[in-house]
Amino acid sequence: MIAIIDYKAGNLTSVVKTLRYLGTENLVVTQDPADLRRASKIILPGVGHFRSTQLLHDLELTQATRDAIKQGTPFLGICVGLQWLYDGSTEAEATEGLSHFGGSCEHFPAIFNDAPLKSPHVGWNGLEDIRPDSRLLAGISSGSFVYYTHSWRAPVSSNTAAVTNYGGPFTAVVERDNVMGVQFHPEKSAETGLQILRNFLYF
Amino acid sequence: MLTKRIIACLDVRAGRVVKGVQFVDIIDAGDPAELAHRHAAAGADEIVLLDITATHEGRGTLLDTVERTAARLFIPFTVGGGIRSAEDASAVFNAGADKVSINSSAIARPELITEIGSSFGAQAVIVAIDARRGAGPPHSSYDPVADAEVFVSGGRKPTGLRLLDWAQEAEQRGAGEILLTSMDADGTRAGFDLALTRAVSEAVSIPVIASGGGGTAHHFAVVFAEGKADAALAASIFHFGITSSRALKQEIAATGIPVRLPC
Repeated sequence: MIAIIDYKAGNLTSVVKTLRYLGTENLVVTQDPADLRRASKIILPGVGHFRSTQLLHDLELTQATRDAIKQGTPFLGICVGLQWLYDGSTEAEATEGLSHFGGSCEHFPAIFNDAPLKSPHVGWNGLEDIRPDSRLLAGISSGSFVYYTHSWRAPVSSNTAAVTNYGGPFTAVVERDNVMGVQFHPEKSAETGLQILRNFLYF
Repeated sequence: MLTKRIIACLDVRAGRVVKGVQFVDIIDAGDPAELAHRHAAAGADEIVLLDITATHEGRGTLLDTVERTAARLFIPFTVGGGIRSAEDASAVFNAGADKVSINSSAIARPELITEIGSSFGAQAVIVAIDARRGAGPPHSSYDPVADAEVFVSGGRKPTGLRLLDWAQEAEQRGAGEILLTSMDADGTRAGFDLALTRAVSEAVSIPVIASGGGGTAHHFAVVFAEGKADAALAASIFHFGITSSRALKQEIAATGIPVRLPC
C-alpha cells in the first residue's frame, strides 16, 4: 500500500491522478500515523508554505515517518515535501523539518550575478550533475527538463542526486538509501516526470 | 537554464474551445480535453483554459470540462473564468487544475489573491490582466504604456486602474505570476505588445506571461528577448494547425533563446 500524506497544504489531485495513471491501485491518502508505519512506500507531496508542515508534527506523522524510514520504507518528498526532509526553512523559522538531511532551505537571492533574479522560479529547467547511482533518476539523462514552481530551495550536499541551476545550483533531487526528494513536480513534468515516478513506484 | 515557456491557451465557451479576434468574432475550434492533449503532445509547456464567458454570464467554471481535460494531462494546467472565492478555486483545484487565473474577481476584491495563495500557495495564483493602451487625456505627459488601463469582464469594462499599479499590487498581495493580455494586439497575430510587456516585467519580480498577438516564431523570440517575458501564450496559431509548439520552439531556439527541447 502506497501512502500519500495529506497535510492540508495545496492540492493532491494531480499527484493521486498521476499515480493511478501509472498503475498504482493500492493507494491511500492519509493523516493516520498507523498507515505510514504499514505502508510499502510513502509520498509526501506539497505545494505552498513551509509552515503547513507543522501539521505533520501535530498529527504525530513526523515520528511515524521516522519509524517507517528506519524500517526501510521508501519515502519520496515532492517540492515542500523535499524541503521538509532538511532541518527547516527560512520561510517558517518556527517550524522544524525532519532533519533527515542537514542544512536549511533558503529563499532565492533577489540579485544573482549582478542581475535581478525573479522568484518564484517557475517553469521548465534542466537536471544536471545526475549521480549515476541514483535509483530515482535511473534512465534520466542530464539536461532533461522538469517543471518547477518554488521560491525556497535546499542546499547542495553529498546527498544531492542532481542539481538545477537558477541563481546558482540547488538540490533538484536528494537521495540517500530509501529517502528521496524532488524539488520539481514530477506529476507535471511530462515523460521525464512520469519516468521518475515509475522509478520510485517500481524499484 | 530556466527556459522560456510556450503556453497554449484554450478559450472555452459553453464547453467548446473558441477563439476571438480582439475579444469578438468567435469561431468554434473544438473539444477542450482533446485539444489540450493535442497541444501537450505537440510540445506545449503549459495549458491554460479560460472559461471566457463565465464572469460575463455569472456562471461557475465548467468543472466537468476541467476534470476531463486534467485527466491525462501531465504538464501544468491553469484554469480561469468565474473564480470568485477561495471555495471556487478549491473546486477547480479538486477537478485537477494546478493554478487558477483570476481577473475581474481580483479587481473586485483584491484580498482574493491572498486568500487563494494562503490556502494553495502563491504559485497557484495567476493574476490575469487585460490592458489597453489608450488615446489618453489631452496632456503631454501621457505615456501610452505606463498609463495603459486595466479592463475587466472579458474586456468589456474599463476600471480606471493603471496597469503598472495593478500589476504591483497583485504581486504585493501574493500573486505567483501575471498573465498580461494586450487587448490591442489580441487575436491580430501581428506580434505581442513588447513595450507593454517589458514595462510590466520590469515593474514586478514575479514571472510575466505575455499574451495577445503571437503569430510567428519571431514574435515569440522578441517578446522573450525585448519584452522580457518569462512565458508567452497563444491560442489561434496552435488550434488551426498554423504551427505546433515544437516547431515554434525550434525556431525560437535558433535565435539563442532557451526553450524546452526536445519536448
